[in-house]
Amino acid sequence: MLWSAPHLPSRAMSPDTSPAIELRGASKTFRTPSGGLHTAVNGLDLTVGRGEFVAVVGPTGCGKSTTLTLVSGLEEPSEGEVLVAGEPVRGVGDKVGFVFQQDATFPWRTVLSNVMAGPRFRGVPKAEAKEKAREWLARVGLTAFEDRYPHQLSGGMRKRVALAATFVNDPEILLMDEPFSALDVQTRALMSDELLELWEGTRASVVFVTHDLEESIALADKVVVMTAGPATVKQVYDIDLPRPRKVESVRLESRFIEIYREIWESLGEEVRITRERGAAHVA
Amino acid sequence: MSPDILSTPVVDTVKTPPDRAHSRARAARRRKIVVAVFRALLLVAVLGLWELLSRTKAIDPFNFSMPSKIWDQIYTWLTHGTALGSLGEQIWYTLYEALLGWVIGVAAGVVCGIALGRITFLADVLGPYIKVLNSIPRIVLAPIFVIWFGLGPASKVASAVVLVFFPVFFNAFQGAREVDRNLVANARILGASDRRVTLQVVIPSATSWIFTSLHVSFGFALIGAIVGEYIGATKGIGLLVAQSQGTFNAAGVYAAMVILAVVALVAEGLLTFAERRIFRWKPTGSDS
Repeated sequence: MLWSAPHLPSRAMSPDTSPAIELRGASKTFRTPSGGLHTAVNGLDLTVGRGEFVAVVGPTGCGKSTTLTLVSGLEEPSEGEVLVAGEPVRGVGDKVGFVFQQDATFPWRTVLSNVMAGPRFRGVPKAEAKEKAREWLARVGLTAFEDRYPHQLSGGMRKRVALAATFVNDPEILLMDEPFSALDVQTRALMSDELLELWEGTRASVVFVTHDLEESIALADKVVVMTAGPATVKQVYDIDLPRPRKVESVRLESRFIEIYREIWESLGEEVRITRERGAAHVA
Repeated sequence: MSPDILSTPVVDTVKTPPDRAHSRARAARRRKIVVAVFRALLLVAVLGLWELLSRTKAIDPFNFSMPSKIWDQIYTWLTHGTALGSLGEQIWYTLYEALLGWVIGVAAGVVCGIALGRITFLADVLGPYIKVLNSIPRIVLAPIFVIWFGLGPASKVASAVVLVFFPVFFNAFQGAREVDRNLVANARILGASDRRVTLQVVIPSATSWIFTSLHVSFGFALIGAIVGEYIGATKGIGLLVAQSQGTFNAAGVYAAMVILAVVALVAEGLLTFAERRIFRWKPTGSDS
């Protein structure tokens, strides 16, 4: 590649064929408050194709979330490269949507105003933003709640607001950081189905971080297993379950259980390592 | 039958609420009345004791005055005006100085607090100086302001400003620092520029911090105005206090205090009202 680089800008590689997301040897090191260095992600290579739904699973605290912040542009990699649509990431781009683990709805804005926030921040005129927001609120079934404030909604409803607020921006890339982990089991299954439905309408490329293997298999085309921190990719599994899927029923299929068993063998080992480290730390 | 029996206690509370709810509401109302009565009794007792002790000369009526005289003084001021002009004018003068000082102090405090909260470089450079300024007992600046700005309202406004600025500043600063990082990250992902993040995320989330300081700081503004007037002025309640003191009129001093208390309470009420309107988005009750 060395010989072609000076003449060919990366864009010349036809942006349509380049993968949606590419991490090449990406590392991220943080300075801890006590002055030491903490490596969250180390030499990470990962490719997400266009329209692909990739789930990333790994033991708790292994650096999965950091991977997402690198792709989103909220953080820069200490080493290596992060490319979105073939171009290196510089700051927060307008192609990316991010659904956070914690509540990130603005508590002083009504539901409608929350969903309008994205388009308004991006300079869409008010009337148009409102129209778009109403459309997405209808899709997540919150039309009747548009005048409420977030604290008046249930956790599941707030998550729907967050989804609508993300999708209204038409993201090409959707990053999700354990978005449903704070919800109860039933709501979670429901939201997963809703997410699949919304996603099938947009065909964005998704990176879905979770520690729940069942969730990841039910949702994704590809499951990436991370090692115990610092995170690197351990193995990638293709999930050949047919779509459209229903989360509750797909997990009863024999193929699902087969895949689950196969991946768990790999993931379980990393979980054990993390747990032993934690125990050693406590002791 | 057993499920019915089991559920009876539940049914009891759910299905027969009229009686219970009624009696509970009545008990609550009764309690309110009892509290109000005892409050009034306490006030009457204290004022009565004061009056009694003063009339029987157990305490020196010249120094301590008595409620009836204080009321007479207020009444005279109301009907015949004070030596400085009508009472309303004095109140308005003090209120005007306090309000102006408060508004300027709050505006400056909020702007500086948010700016330093958002721009770490500024905070690092100015931090020590602000600490030094804050450690000066600022009320001693009031005489200096009278020298600088004269006997008019400007000197009182200035002392109100320096008293108001710091509490508001520190709260705005803290509020800007403690903004939920997730909200900021979310706003940036959604496409907000730095300016938008400041205006639409940092300031709204700092408002509850700022409002806490507004309550305290209006009291400070009044203190600044009064002390300024007390030191040297042509009009105002502070001057009324100074003059009453000069003529050994203890009732006058107390009467001015009563008037000030009423003014402060009314202002506090208005502020609480505004706060309720602004914070409609907040959950009521324990969380707020």
